[in-house]
Amino acid sequence: MAVEVRIPTILRKHTGGEKAVTADGDTVRDLLGDLDRRYPGIAGSLLTGDGALHRFVNVYVNDEDVRFLGALDAKLNDGDVVAILPAVAGGS
Amino acid sequence: MLELDDDHYATLVAHARDGYPNEACALLGGRDGSVERVYALPNAEASPTFYVVEPKAQLRAMTEMDDLGLDLVGIFHSHVATEAYPSRTDVELAAYPDAAYLILSLADQDAPMLRAFRIRDGQVTEEELRRRTAGQPAPAPREPVPGGLDGR
Repeated sequence: MAVEVRIPTILRKHTGGEKAVTADGDTVRDLLGDLDRRYPGIAGSLLTGDGALHRFVNVYVNDEDVRFLGALDAKLNDGDVVAILPAVAGGS
Repeated sequence: MLELDDDHYATLVAHARDGYPNEACALLGGRDGSVERVYALPNAEASPTFYVVEPKAQLRAMTEMDDLGLDLVGIFHSHVATEAYPSRTDVELAAYPDAAYLILSLADQDAPMLRAFRIRDGQVTEEELRRRTAGQPAPAPREPVPGGLDGR
């Protein structure tokens, strides 16, 4: 599945400054794997050492948070748009 | 330097008070260091010591900013019991180097204190905040205002 992936500013150093790139995958997990093959190192900012989605990274498929779609197992279809956003978080 | 209107300031203080005793959070859309729109958003953690902007609300706000040609010029949150300075957690989780991080301390409920910072590569630098009063150009230099921006 060819999917458009929107890349946040903080990760554009991996994509040569590109705001949106195309990658393939039947699931979000496969997509992130393909993205990392095309842009080596990018997955390290998105996944934990155990291969789970980092708590402070939000991934959306067509504007829906993937945590509500099966997380990394979320299915993708041709033409889907995946957005990656760092969470806005902190504490005192 | 970041400029915001009195109305924006009032919205942020009201949002922080509404969220009390939990931390409150908001995104600020604008251009060239000037705030044009405040998105008061839910704290998904509902915690007095931690905040995460609710992810779908974050996406909606950022998409609207894109559509309006606005940049994310500021990220706001409240500290309910500590000073208006980035905590270690704030620095560790700061992922938006192009935005100013605004922190409102409610440690003194009668005198909320708002300050702004850049957080880049783990380094914190304070940024000047200016409040615009409707119909007037931004005053410069700014005098300390009781209960105002810097609370000094």
